[in-house]
Amino acid sequence: MDLETLWFIIIAVFWLGYLFLEGFDFGVGMLLPVLGRGNTERRVMINTIGPVWDGNEVWLIVAVGATFAAFPGWYATLLSGAYLPVLVVLLALIGRGVAFEYRGKVDSDRWRRTWDRVIVLGSWLPPLGVGLLLATTMLGLPLDANGDRLGSPFEAVRWDTLLGALAFAGFSLVHGAAFLTLKTEGEFRAHARAVALKVLPFALLPMFAFLVLVQLREGALWTVITLAVAVLSAIVAWTRLAADRDGQAFAALGVLIATAAITLFGALYPDVLPSTGDPANTLTIDGTASSPYTLQVITWVGAFGAPAVLVYQGWTYWVFRKRIGTRHIPPVHTP
Amino acid sequence: MEVLELARWQFGITTVYHFLMVPLTIGLSLLVAGMQTAWVRTGDVRYLKMTKFWGKLLLVNFAMGVVTGIVQEFQFGMNWSEYSRFVGDVFGAPLAMEGLVAFFVESTFLGLWIFGWDRLPKKVHLACVWAFSLATVASAYFILAANSWMQHPVGVEFVDGKPTMNSIWAVLTNNTALAAIPHTVAGTFSVAAAFVVGVAAWHLWRKRSGDDEHRAVWRSSIRLGGWVGVVAFAVLAITGDVQGKLMFEQQPMKMASAEALCHTEAPASFSIMAIGDVADAECEDVKTFTVPALLSFLAHNDFTTEVKGVEDLVTEYEARYGTHYPDDPRLGELAGQPIDYVPSLPVTYWGFRAMIGFGAISAGLGVLALWLTRKGRIPASPWFPRLMLLGIVTPFVANSAGWIFTEMGRQPFVVVPNPTGVDGVWMFTATAVSNLSTGEVWTSLIGLTTIYLALGVVEVFLLRKYVRGGVDGVMPPPADPTHEDDDKALSFAY
Repeated sequence: MDLETLWFIIIAVFWLGYLFLEGFDFGVGMLLPVLGRGNTERRVMINTIGPVWDGNEVWLIVAVGATFAAFPGWYATLLSGAYLPVLVVLLALIGRGVAFEYRGKVDSDRWRRTWDRVIVLGSWLPPLGVGLLLATTMLGLPLDANGDRLGSPFEAVRWDTLLGALAFAGFSLVHGAAFLTLKTEGEFRAHARAVALKVLPFALLPMFAFLVLVQLREGALWTVITLAVAVLSAIVAWTRLAADRDGQAFAALGVLIATAAITLFGALYPDVLPSTGDPANTLTIDGTASSPYTLQVITWVGAFGAPAVLVYQGWTYWVFRKRIGTRHIPPVHTP
Repeated sequence: MEVLELARWQFGITTVYHFLMVPLTIGLSLLVAGMQTAWVRTGDVRYLKMTKFWGKLLLVNFAMGVVTGIVQEFQFGMNWSEYSRFVGDVFGAPLAMEGLVAFFVESTFLGLWIFGWDRLPKKVHLACVWAFSLATVASAYFILAANSWMQHPVGVEFVDGKPTMNSIWAVLTNNTALAAIPHTVAGTFSVAAAFVVGVAAWHLWRKRSGDDEHRAVWRSSIRLGGWVGVVAFAVLAITGDVQGKLMFEQQPMKMASAEALCHTEAPASFSIMAIGDVADAECEDVKTFTVPALLSFLAHNDFTTEVKGVEDLVTEYEARYGTHYPDDPRLGELAGQPIDYVPSLPVTYWGFRAMIGFGAISAGLGVLALWLTRKGRIPASPWFPRLMLLGIVTPFVANSAGWIFTEMGRQPFVVVPNPTGVDGVWMFTATAVSNLSTGEVWTSLIGLTTIYLALGVVEVFLLRKYVRGGVDGVMPPPADPTHEDDDKALSFAY
């Protein structure tokens, strides 16, 4: 396998890690007003992801940073071409990250309510925005020969990319509800499971519509198989939730997002960002890749770095494996 | 304003702002790791209180450092896509390494540290804070290697019209980086030290009479902060001197601009301060107080070396890199215009002096704090806490001034030509910017500055609240020990 292809796969894996991990912690934030009826319940929710959300977010930073190192042309065109959607994601992530840390620092309902709003907004906008960006990279932009976007600042916002936005947001919602079912106990858990069962069939529809769309436009023969596995995983997730097997349901959602990512990036390969105008301007892995030497360097870094990340991040999930309930939440203590 | 100016303003604002949080995070995290080590080794509860108190302030600040850092990672592609395409082969690698090696460790082990009190074995928990704090230093290393490459491009050859990396080793051991890293890390210690001294001085003074159960916490803190600040300044002076000599070789125009030195001098004198407009091209109306031959010494370690002035350098640069920008419509107003090779002299001249001056004031206050609190003394004068609290600001100003000087001092280049490097590996800032509408960049500039201002106010409010709260504000009463293990409340929860 040549290094360009290897790095295309590695970047797809970084994106998959991001969608899987931060998908559920976005979902937890999205569901805050639905499941968190009082401050203690909200704190239960936030503390299910408290120790891990920041580590999950790094997958996005690394996906983007690795794209810069391996395919500078892809990085430059995507971020400047979809400028405003990227900005919305950034602003929302800024608010969200601070909100988790600051929410409990002042003992006042008004203060907490304000930050809760920031968390909810900051958990809806980024999955929508990231979904839109990934859809843009799958479906393309009008490009000139230099790789610059032609047309208006809103070229990245179309019905088909908006479908991609809804796809990731919908998945996050279901994934978050399943995660809460897995990580909580008692009455709260029952409520989370009920919500997960209720929203699953609807919230995953945009994901499948988007997968079919990409398959029809750019898919290969083999991506039909992964698409079918994705559909199957959704059904499995639903039946497992109904049978109250939260771990299996969560794993099935993991398989779903993995096969969805494989389908999408598989359909895209060997392009990285199609040109919707002149096909000669389509960005490909060969056209945007760094030199073989640079790719070798980052391959070595990745070969040692990535397994280490998986080990210690996995260990974190092991350390904080216990289910949380309202009885575990300590009283509010601020100066 | 054109896209270029907007993008430059945005980079300046977001970077300086981000670098208000970063030094406090790096310096304080290492101090907190040291405090927790002292606690684990001695079992003295004073060190536990110190760890908890300073650790909480560290967290309030770290959150802002993280979220403002995300912008930095995306900004090159958004506003500087031509730059990203041109240098991505070299510049992207250290950024990717920073993410893979440093950010993952930082965020994961910080989560373990915050929520792992009482849940992890003591020594494992201690290892977490060390992993986190050393990762912040690693992160500084990679990003400074990337920035140093812009100041002094090494480890590249020219292939198909682009700089292509041929030695990652050269990039990571760039002498510019090896000088900048200890200088910057010492700068972070200087920030953390002043912060600790200021806060501890206030607490110490407020409870100076009578008994204060936490007095030992503030005493130890102020002594630690004082010493760290003084040592940090010594390192800053030595590394700064090394950097000056490298700058003389690598970026003579920056050196000349730092001194507002119009005409070549041999031996060159160092200007302490100037009265009048240093940007005056004639250099005639500026009165400066100078030390003879000192600049020669700073540049070259002897008292006779010639230091080139701005005017001679402009002639040299025009011969080597052209007199006019290409007539490319992408350059907007600058297309076909003459190139101005002189950075903004008032910014470089005063930035350089603000860096040194405020750094020195900060170190002086550290010495003063050590002297005034010697042998158990606590000064009674209300000026003591006022001065020390005000002193918190000084290293922040010095850090910002230093970065503004070094980044604006390389204009009009975004990648400065390396006098001994590969010909052609350089780039004008004007050609690096993305092909965007001004509306887009205005939107992001307004959006980011608004949210930064709002969150800055919140952060300062929370820092003040927790500073005032003292040790009791961060040490909740112990949980009811009668519970079963499974029923026990979390030792920490958001």
